[in-house]
Amino acid sequence: MIIRVGHLYPEYLNIYADRGNIAVLEHRAAARGHELDVDPITLESSLAAGTHDLFYVGGGQDREQAMIAGDLAVRGDALRAAVDGGAAVLAVCGGYQLLGRGYRGRDGAWLDGAGLFPHETLAGETRMIGDVLLESTLPEAAGKTIAGFENHAGRTVLDPGAHPLGRVVAGYGNDGVSGFEGARTGRALGTYLHGPLLPRNPWIADLLLSWAIAHATDAEPEPLDALDDTLEQEAHAVAASRARARGGRPA
Amino acid sequence: MPARLALETSAARLVGRLSRATRRGGGTTLPGKLVWKLDPAAVDALARRLPAGVALVSATNGKTTTTAMASSILSPVRRLAWNRSGANLASGITSTLLAARDAELGLLEVDEFALPEVIRRTRPRVVCLGNLFRDQLDRYGELEHIAERWRSAVSELPVDASLVVGADDPLVASLGDGRDRVLRFGVDDPSHARPSLQHASDSKYCIRCGAPYVYDAAYVGHLGAYRCDACGHARPPLDVAARRIESHGLDGVSFSLETPDGDAQVRLALPGLYNVYNALAAASLALALGASLDIVVEGLERFTGAFGRFERFLVGDKRLLLLLVKNPAGANEAIRTLENGSLPATLVVALNDRIADGRDVSWIWDVDFEPLLERAHRIVVTGERAAELALRFAYGGYPRDRLEVVPSLERALDRGLDLTEPGKELAVLPTYTAMLALQAIATRRGLTRPYWEDAA
Repeated sequence: MIIRVGHLYPEYLNIYADRGNIAVLEHRAAARGHELDVDPITLESSLAAGTHDLFYVGGGQDREQAMIAGDLAVRGDALRAAVDGGAAVLAVCGGYQLLGRGYRGRDGAWLDGAGLFPHETLAGETRMIGDVLLESTLPEAAGKTIAGFENHAGRTVLDPGAHPLGRVVAGYGNDGVSGFEGARTGRALGTYLHGPLLPRNPWIADLLLSWAIAHATDAEPEPLDALDDTLEQEAHAVAASRARARGGRPA
Repeated sequence: MPARLALETSAARLVGRLSRATRRGGGTTLPGKLVWKLDPAAVDALARRLPAGVALVSATNGKTTTTAMASSILSPVRRLAWNRSGANLASGITSTLLAARDAELGLLEVDEFALPEVIRRTRPRVVCLGNLFRDQLDRYGELEHIAERWRSAVSELPVDASLVVGADDPLVASLGDGRDRVLRFGVDDPSHARPSLQHASDSKYCIRCGAPYVYDAAYVGHLGAYRCDACGHARPPLDVAARRIESHGLDGVSFSLETPDGDAQVRLALPGLYNVYNALAAASLALALGASLDIVVEGLERFTGAFGRFERFLVGDKRLLLLLVKNPAGANEAIRTLENGSLPATLVVALNDRIADGRDVSWIWDVDFEPLLERAHRIVVTGERAAELALRFAYGGYPRDRLEVVPSLERALDRGLDLTEPGKELAVLPTYTAMLALQAIATRRGLTRPYWEDAA
């Protein structure tokens, strides 16, 4: 079957190897006999309801993010409706911030976000940079580990009762103090982890694909057939040991 | 010399000798670290004693090669204090100035983040700023941030100082706006342009109004002849240009060097358009220092390569090519260089993740490795993050059964040589610290000389 992917602002948000995440989704879909149809959604292109099974939003430099922030904020209703309708989302780094309620800059200025994730981000004085290791708090994958790299000045604060992606084993996470990282709303996942995220954490790619297939077929999500992930496991193990040895520590 | 400086200087020289004697590398930065720690202002005095002043070179890509080319040009006419080993932070620069007691001219490659402080302390006669590509975002933050630091440092330069800027890089070119005594260099030969901007291109949007640039020609990454149709911002006219470029595969490249002092034909012994850019930067720097065009051409043609960037060795009946890769733009050019030569059937690619390599290895996904993946018969991945490279290639479409993961650099090198047929060449693409380790292996096997051997 064809899985329809909406890739938001690929020309602007592509800084931390975002195309690696797309390549992983494509290859792992193909290995199960599915095809990804990746549709670039950029400034002012239309977004019809129900036309995408999975959305991807990457990270950009400050200048590029500022260029698309307004456009993304006005798509908030459409994105929330898509997620309410069962579409999956992966948002990384800047994309994760922009999909929250908004961003408070160091000068106090408020920038509206798309309002998909229940969080707000405050600009910080210093950047939180380093290897990260998480333990998933998703009910679908409780206890599985996630290894990546974070580089963000924003402190993202989840609303009380909001669901994170995981618990921080090593590294800073959302804000350097809460001990949690990322956010989850319905089938939408947001995280600061790049590196990129999916090659060394392929189970997240498979989870997103199973959600996207469920959306496309209007059925319940089914686990996908296992693949030979020897290389993925090796890369995960090295990245996890880096995080344990030298990841940032919550202040 | 003030008494205190004299004392520190001799103490630091002793540390340098000890460091070499105990084989802790080339002794390149330890004495400087000592002085830098004791008294950073000593650097001001060390720079001040150079009768012909100081020239600085910075860029994210090519600064080591550019500085080495400038040294090749200038060393016949000046005694140089040159940080040839690439120790380009304040401490390494201090060491270089300490060691070169009878030098006339300081010729210093400077880390892009350290540049503002080095400018303030050394008060240079000439500053050459080449380009800004994505490089180690984990360490340096974003390009705009570096450009702003550079802009404020350049604004503090004395009015009689000269500035050399890469005109083909919008952010860097803008640093010359409104100044006198600026030389702008660039490439002008659309027959060598890329058909389109590459994946990881930076500075795609107009620095004045934010509209996408239109490229009449893109040469290396985002370097090229850009213009903005919305506001009219465009590449400034070139003072120093390379025209009529002709590639000789891996053996070199020729071009017409056109300058305010006249035109000349140059044949470089290094391949690639990126080396044409390095040559333009070095030529502009030397011209700004008053060198003649003849001296410039002789120096460029004599030059055979900076430490580790592009080196070829004989290994029995096989050849070994080492090409440094350290960020997406540099890696893309290394790959283009290989494509222009006869592409080796076996590749060894080495990825380390120490500070000098960048701890964040995500940049490998921004490199367009695909032309190599289409043609390589076998790829050996090695280094501390070998598995990460393996994933990059596997998800880039390379068959997993033709990938070999050999984390030990020495074993990977031997495996690559085993797979290479007699008379053929093995290409090895290492990151910075992997390159240093491979150099050490080559030295131990008698393939090359250590870089500090003739630096005394």
